[in-house]
Formats: sequence, C-alpha cells, structure tokens
Amino acid sequence: MTTQSEAVPTTVSAAPTEQPLLEVTNLRKYFPVKSSGLVRRTIAQVQAVDGVSFQVPAGTSLGLVGESGCGKSTTGRLITRLLDPTSGSMKFEGHEIGNLSPKQMLPYRKEIQMIFQDPYSSLNPRHTVGTIVGTPLRVHKVVPEKQVLNRVRELLEVVGLNPEHYNRYPSEFSGGQRQRIGIARALALQPKLLVADEPVSALDVSIQAQVVNLLTDLQKEFGVAFLFIAHDLAVVRHFCPEVAVMYLGKIVEIADRETLYNRPHHPYTQALLSAVPDVKQAAVGGRRERIRLEGDVPSPVNPPSGCRFRTRCWMAKDICAKQEPPLLQIGPKHKVACHFAGEYGAMPTSPITLNVLGVDQEGTPVAGATPSAEDLNEPGFADTWTDVETLKGNSAPMATSLPSDSRPASEVGSEDRGTRS
Amino acid sequence: MTDFLTDQQHAGQPTPAPGGEDFLVVENLSVQFPTHDGLVKAVNDLSYSVKMGETLGIVGESGSGKSVSSMAVLGLHDIKRSRLTGSIRVDGKEIIGASEQTLRKIRGNEVAMIFQDPLTALHPFYSVGAQIGEAYRIHHDVSKSKARAKAIEMLDRVGIPQAKSRVDDYPHQFSGGMRQRAMIAMALVNDPKLIIADEPTTALDVTVQAQILDLLQELQRDFRSAIIIITHDLGVVAEMADEVLVMYAGRAVEQGPTRELLTHPEMPYTWGLLSSMPDVTASTDARLVPIPGNPPSLLNPPTGCPFHPRCPHVDKVPGDLCRTELPEFLPGQRGTHHLKRCHLVNPDDIYATEVLPEIAPDLVELTLADNADVAHGDGMHGER
Amino acid sequence: MAGFIIRRVISSFLVVVLTSMFVFALFFLGPSNPAGPVCEASGKCTAERLALIEEQMGLNESVVTQYGAFAKGIFVDRTITIGSEYECDAPCLGISYGTRGQVTDELLEKYPATLSIAIGGAMIYLTLGVLLGVLAARWRGTAADRLLVGGSLLVSSVPYYLFALLAWIFLTLQWSIFPATGYTPLTENPGAWFAGLLLPWVVIGVTFSTQYARFTRGSMVETLGEDYIRTATAKGVKSNKVVFKHGLRAAIVPIVTIFGLDFAALLAGTVFTERIFNINGVGWWALNSIQSPQDFPVITATVLVSAVLVVVANLLVDVIYSFLDPRVRMS
Repeated sequence: MTTQSEAVPTTVSAAPTEQPLLEVTNLRKYFPVKSSGLVRRTIAQVQAVDGVSFQVPAGTSLGLVGESGCGKSTTGRLITRLLDPTSGSMKFEGHEIGNLSPKQMLPYRKEIQMIFQDPYSSLNPRHTVGTIVGTPLRVHKVVPEKQVLNRVRELLEVVGLNPEHYNRYPSEFSGGQRQRIGIARALALQPKLLVADEPVSALDVSIQAQVVNLLTDLQKEFGVAFLFIAHDLAVVRHFCPEVAVMYLGKIVEIADRETLYNRPHHPYTQALLSAVPDVKQAAVGGRRERIRLEGDVPSPVNPPSGCRFRTRCWMAKDICAKQEPPLLQIGPKHKVACHFAGEYGAMPTSPITLNVLGVDQEGTPVAGATPSAEDLNEPGFADTWTDVETLKGNSAPMATSLPSDSRPASEVGSEDRGTRS
Repeated sequence: MTDFLTDQQHAGQPTPAPGGEDFLVVENLSVQFPTHDGLVKAVNDLSYSVKMGETLGIVGESGSGKSVSSMAVLGLHDIKRSRLTGSIRVDGKEIIGASEQTLRKIRGNEVAMIFQDPLTALHPFYSVGAQIGEAYRIHHDVSKSKARAKAIEMLDRVGIPQAKSRVDDYPHQFSGGMRQRAMIAMALVNDPKLIIADEPTTALDVTVQAQILDLLQELQRDFRSAIIIITHDLGVVAEMADEVLVMYAGRAVEQGPTRELLTHPEMPYTWGLLSSMPDVTASTDARLVPIPGNPPSLLNPPTGCPFHPRCPHVDKVPGDLCRTELPEFLPGQRGTHHLKRCHLVNPDDIYATEVLPEIAPDLVELTLADNADVAHGDGMHGER
Repeated sequence: MAGFIIRRVISSFLVVVLTSMFVFALFFLGPSNPAGPVCEASGKCTAERLALIEEQMGLNESVVTQYGAFAKGIFVDRTITIGSEYECDAPCLGISYGTRGQVTDELLEKYPATLSIAIGGAMIYLTLGVLLGVLAARWRGTAADRLLVGGSLLVSSVPYYLFALLAWIFLTLQWSIFPATGYTPLTENPGAWFAGLLLPWVVIGVTFSTQYARFTRGSMVETLGEDYIRTATAKGVKSNKVVFKHGLRAAIVPIVTIFGLDFAALLAGTVFTERIFNINGVGWWALNSIQSPQDFPVITATVLVSAVLVVVANLLVDVIYSFLDPRVRMS
C-alpha cells in the first residue's frame, strides 16, 4: 500500500485500527473579550484555537509550528489541561480528558507532562533541585518517601546532570542545565506524553543542540511521545517526523516532515519556509529569493471570513472569502486547508475543494449539494485521499475520494521552491 | 573562491577591504566591569573596522561580548561602572574618554542603534511619533510640528501603513514587526552613517524577520550607511553581512568575508556553531553535534585559548599549547583576509574531513577541491 | 474609560455603605449602651429614665430600622430626640452627644484645619521625597546616595510623635525659629494661617519625604535599567532629560499609588500633629469622641469620612494611573 511506502522509518504508522496515544478533535478555545461599558458583557471572543484536530501516536513526535498568536501554545496548555477547552474532544488512550474535573484529571496528569520555555521562570528559585524534581514523585506517591532521593539522583543522571547536585538551587545552574532540570521534573512520573512548549528557544545555539539531542535520546530510551511546540522550523523538522502548521487558530497543513518541508502545498507553509535565513546562502551571497508576506497577522478576535490566510495570500480569489477551506487529505500523510493547494509555482487555477464543499467556482453553494466540510476535520489520516493532480485545472465536478491505489501526489512535481519577491 | 584573494591587497590589521575609508575603527578595545565577585572581562583586545556601505556581522552567544563591544561604540557604558581601554574612532573622532557633549553629537546622529526587543526599547508612555520626533529634534533645530511631519515621513518610509494616523499611537498598539519598523525609523531619522543593529530580529517571527531584514537592506542601499548586525543566527549573517566577526568569551576568534568564513571556517568554535544549528534542508538523520559544556565564566576565563575546555580538537595541537598559550589572531591557510585565533595548523583539512561530513556530507568534495585550489594558487602565502 | 469610572464609582459607593453598616452594627452589638452617657449627663440616671431615653433615641428598634433612619437622614432632614428634640438638616450624620450640635456642621468646621495640614505637608514631602529619590538613583552607589539612604532610615526609625514633639519644643518653644503653631482659617488671615501651619508642614514634609525618597529611588533605579532609557541615551538625549523626562515619567507611576493612599490617611485625621501643634482638626475631634463618654454619632461620622476618603483616593489613583500609563487607558 502506498501509505506504508511513503512513511519514513521512524514514523509509527497510524493505521485506523491502531489507537493513537492522543487524539484531538475539533478543539476550540475562545477567550471572552469584555466590553468596557457599565455592565461588562462579553462582546467578542478571541478565537485562540478554533477547531484543530490531530493525533499523536505513542512514542513519536508531532511538531506544532506557527508564529506568535497562532494558538500553538494555547493548544499545548489545553492538552495539559492548564486551560479548559471551550469545546471539542481530547482523547488520551481512548479516554476523553477534555471535560474531566481537576480531581478526575489527576491520574492523567501523571501521563501528560509539560516542559516550559523559560528555564529561568519555570523553576522555583527557593527550592533545591531535589525538591523540584522530587515533588511530582511525592505528590503522586509513585515511590516510597525513602526512595525519592534515589529516584531524583537517577533522573538527574538521565538528563546529564551531576546526581550529587540535588541539593543545589536553580540559580547555581546555567540556562541549559536549568532546562535539563525542567526535563527531569517532567520525566519523574514516566509520562507517556510530553508537551514541550518552545523547549529550546530561550537557549544559546550550542546549548539548544545539547537539549534537542537529550530529548531525542529520552524518546528512544523511554518511548515517550512528544507534542513539540516551537516557532523554529529547523528544530521542529529535526525532531518531529510529523508536523502541523498553524495559522490564526487553525491547522493549515499537516504532513510527514519530508512532504511538509520539501513539497509544502499551503501558501502559508511555503512563505514560512522561504523566510528562514539559511547559512548555506553564504556560498551564493546575498539574500535568498523569498515569498514576501505583506502586513501582519489579523486579529484573532475578528478573523477574516472564509480562509483566514486570504488577506495575506497571493493566490486569494472570491471563493477564499466565502468558503473556509476544509483540511483536505491530499496524500497518504498530507492534509492541507487551501482551495488552491499545490506546490509553489504549480498551484491549480481552479479550486480543488468544490465537490467536498458542494459549491461552485465563486464559492456559492450548489443547490442540492450536501457540504461535508465539518466531517473532514477528523484527526489522523485516512487510507483514501483526494488526488490534487487529477483535479488540477479541471473545473468539472469529480469524485473526491479515490481508491488508495491511486497515484500518490509525491510522484509528480520535483522540488520547486520557486521564487517571488 | 579565489576572487576573494585578489580583492584583498592590504595585509594590515584589522580589516582590510577594497576602496573606501574606514568609518568606524575599533582598536585593541577592552571592556571590564568591576563587580563584587571580581573583574568581569567582557571584551578583550578587540579590533575591527567598518566602511561606508558595508555590513559587518558580529556573531556570538550570550556573554561573548558582542553587545558590550557595540555599546561601547556609542559610549553607552557608565564610566563609573566600567573600564574601557583601547581606541574607538567614529569618522576619525575618538570615543573612549570623549566628553558627554561629543558623545551626544554622535549618538543618534552619526551612529544610531536598533535594539533587540522593540517593546522594551521604546518608551511605553510616549507615542511612537513623539519618540521619533524627539530623536530628530535633538540634532535638528526644528519645531515640534516639523518633527512630527518628519516622523510621519519616516514611518511611511519604513512601510507603516497609514503612517499619518498611526503616528500618535503608543508602542503597545503596534504589532511586533511594526514596532521594529518604528525603531528603525527612529534610528534613521537623522540619516546616520553607521547603524548598529543588536539582534534586530531575534524577538520577531520568521516571516516578520524576513520583512525587517529586507527593509534594512533596502534602506542601506538608499542611505549608503554602514551596518553592524549583531546576532547569534548564522543564517541572518549569511544573508546580510559582507564581513563576519565571530566572538567567543570577549575575544574575536575568527573574522573574514562572509562567504569565505562560512564556507571555509577555520576555528573549532565556528564549526561548533555551524554543526549545532539544525537547518531546514539538512538530512534529518544527522544528529546535531552540540558544543559540549557551557560558555566560560568571564570572571575567570580559561587559561590559554578560551575555547579549549570545550574544543574537541585540542589533542591535535602538540603539547599543552591550547591550555597554556592564547593563540594570536592571525591569518590561516586561506589568505590574509581570513583571520583566526587557533593553534591548529591545518584547520581546513580537519574541517573538510571531520566536521563537514557530519553537517553537510554533500559539500565535502567541493570543499576539498577548493582547499587544493588555494594550496596551489596561493601557496603557503597565508601561513606566516 | 467612562464605563470604567462608573463601575468604580458604584463599587466605591458599595464599600462606603458596607463600612457604615459595619460601624453601626459594631457599636450596637457592642457592650456599651449609647443611652447611658446621655442619661448620666442629665442628672441622676434611674432605670426608668434610661428606658425612656432608649425609647426616645430609638434604641429599642432593630439595628436595621435604626440604620435605615440614619441612612435616610443623609438625604432628608430629620428630628432626633436625645433628652430633648434636635433638628438635624440633611445631610444629617446625627447630633453629637457631647455638644448637642449637628455632626455635619462640626465636621465642616473642623475639616479645613486638617485639610490645610494635609495638603501643605503632602506638597512638601512629595516634592522633596521624589527629588531626593531621583538624585539618589542617579548617583546610586556614591557617598551622597549612601548618606541619603542612611539618613532616611534614621529619620524613619524615630517615632513620628517624638520627632514632632522635639521639633515643637526646640524649634518653636526653645529657639523660636518657627512661629507658634495653631490654626487660623485662611479666609480670616492668610498670614496667620501660614505661620501657624509652617512647622507642622515641615515636620510632616521631612518625615514622610524619607519614605518617598526611598520609594522613588527604588522605582527610579529599576526604571533607569530599562531598555528604553538606553534607547534615549543612544538617541543623544541629554542625561538630565533622560533621567527626568524618560526615567521619572515611568518611575512616578507606582509612587502615585502610594501617595494616593497616604494622602487619604492624612486627610482622615492627623491625630498626633493636631494634638502636638494645638490644631483643632478632625483627628483631635475623632480622638475625643472615642473617649468616655463615647460620642457615637461623631465616631460614625469620622469613620465614614475616612472610608469615603480612602475610597475616593483609590478611585482618583486609578483615574490618574490611566492617564499616566497609556497601556491602561486603552484597555
């Protein structure tokens, strides 16, 4: 089956029968905006996370990238239940955890731990490292009190710190070492899932690599799964076999890393990748040609209608304002939310989403059609997908789902990171 | 690659380059801060120069002295709390020991600075327009309304939409990218000859970073100013700088034209930086090769080469040289324009055979061939 | 902004109402009987007389009814019977048991003295304190700074009443450097008003300024370390202007908060100042009212006034805050 041959060796195959460790469906988080009048009514909602769906298979990593305000950190906080979701479902090993009370959540907290960005503010400066790392052990009573210290020593050793330094304070450690302490604390309960929110972005380059390597080793040794949230595309690519790109509260593209980084189909992903400064450019000299995005990300209080990226997109047409593009599966492990999804420089001229949405070229609903965009927002990947190539340039309605033996999109189009400035 | 060699005729220190007068010359600069724990040696014996229209990239990690040295150019260190020795000349005028009045005439006028985080670097209680206008009025005797008009013009110039209606906004009403544009507008309002940009895009998102870098380059073309860009991101340097200076523990450890330095680095610290950075096109199977250990203490810097405790190539140097003797900052095998502070005799071979295969196996052949070229064409002329 | 102010006014009003209820309840549920002193004041107090007075004063009614009558008096005139009948014009805060005069009138009579002390003293300590603090921050680490910080600690460690008493004894009585203290209404004789209040102002100014110097110094040191101060210097702004226009502008914000509350406390009565310098103000009045025989209406009035002052000061601080900090203003 093409699905299998496409998969990278490190990726655990997410066959429909196998239960993912974490499955998130249509997750939403709206923060109310209060009016300034006499009575403080809720006048608007900050749509921080607006219907994201994804899976994290056991023992592997899903990267969540995007720029500030895209909702990636909020998503992480929802999954660790530091925030309560507005709606949607989060299933951990098949159990719904989105609506649990703090008490009911307790057993799951052991399984889902978090690593924070700032190693300076996330450790209590008045506690010794032993206390910091040992607290989760004591709270959850996973080991007898007498053995806490031994376990702490073990954990410190695992993350590459001197185990005899358990009685020191965080201020005696450097930034990279503090991040190791934070990782030791997160590992203390042997979680199955680690939500890492920008775990290396506060660190120096040389130290970043140490921490990324440590996380890689820990994953291999303990089989822990990661939801790796970062803005640094290169770090995410290095660490995660599967990556989701978020923009303004929504996932715009999700794919295995080879596809996402080599053949991105969403204009935003393309722009994001082309914006990263590249050391190899030194050999050529000057700036790399890149896609220039104009302006700023719109406010999540009042996001654009239809496709949220359309206000900054060079491909935008009428339909983009009228219809929100569904996250359509276009390859074995590739979903994209764009009416004109395609490789850069070879994007289709006619929307690929017409049949799914039951609309015509301009985005007006066709009489009698039954739009199923909402149903498409399923986590994970299906065995069948829409073949973009056969739809490309073809305005006639076509079957949306082709059998799985259809030509995978990867066979067409070589790497074409075109230019536009 | 050889074109670089023919370009470089001067053999003198510190940065020979074709044509043009050096606008900024830093010579043997040392900056020290006395503290309760001892003397922090933030910058040691640093020399470099920048010409009009040229961009110098200064690369290093936190504590490398890259920001401290550039703040010294504007005399921003409190003289009561710091010790500066050496010489900094801006357009021929000595900065070290200069009077407050002399410094004020240079600050924001001939030399302007762009800081890392525009949210904290702009005053939260004054409007963006007022802050730009103030910078203009310090060096131009004009009315407030003229200064405001100038502020609008500058905001428009740096690409703020509807500059006229945004000029009275406060910094917190701007997005991160717009704040940095406003900061750039403020830096450029007096048409400075040198702009020092201290991590100008570190706090920004990657697409915004691209916008700001584009803007800086465009403005440099228009204004013909010199730029010093301080960053930890080698990618930014690769795309922006003509010349690169790598700093470690307050010292210059490698310097050369960008292309030369990044394709043929000769100092193990630079190798470490290159190999520890993941990159969006590298093989995902390759493991990142971090620099072991932590940056050195500036209170008690290591003896000899400051990088030796973290350097994986110490054993390739005979005896105890790395531990006992500070290497001089001299040209290596590749010519007089490429300086390095390292005892290794054959760094280019080590780089091509040991380091490059780890980070970019596809480039090994190319680099080896290139090294051979240099050996033939230029002989050991660089080796002294 | 308007919505914010209205919301704050409403919540402030609620705080005042709750305070008055609390005070009312405290005294009525407490051990002392307000009728007692009234009864004793008019000769021999028999049990029958006491019961009659209690009846007349409405003390037999429930606390709620009595509070209702009190609250109503703030808006309409009422007649109060304490032995005999007294007219009490709105806004009525009751009739003083001691003087049998309207509490509102007495309050208005005593208030100007306290107000004069507070405003004059506050002006001195605010200016002096902030100025010293800024200078200390600017020259932090130098001998001048250490002298200032040390001196300010020394002054703060001396109890205020001792300081005021010594100042009065030596500066006025002994050496006659300052004119005799006392209160003359400003409208009567501005010269005498000024002369009589000069020493209290100086004493309040000096003692309070030490605290403000330390607050300001701390706030300034923090502000001068901010990135935007470095930006201002890098623009070529003169160092004086950097300190005052860029530094103080931001450092003053937390000072305003402290000042608002301090000033409200001063206004509510400067007991020691008034006693030591022989000024018949609200503080003295309040002090007298709690001495036996307790003058319950006066106590209620002074507590209420303090509550109103604190609440209003808080409100003003918030409003001023929003003008000082555009980030608050916009949100």
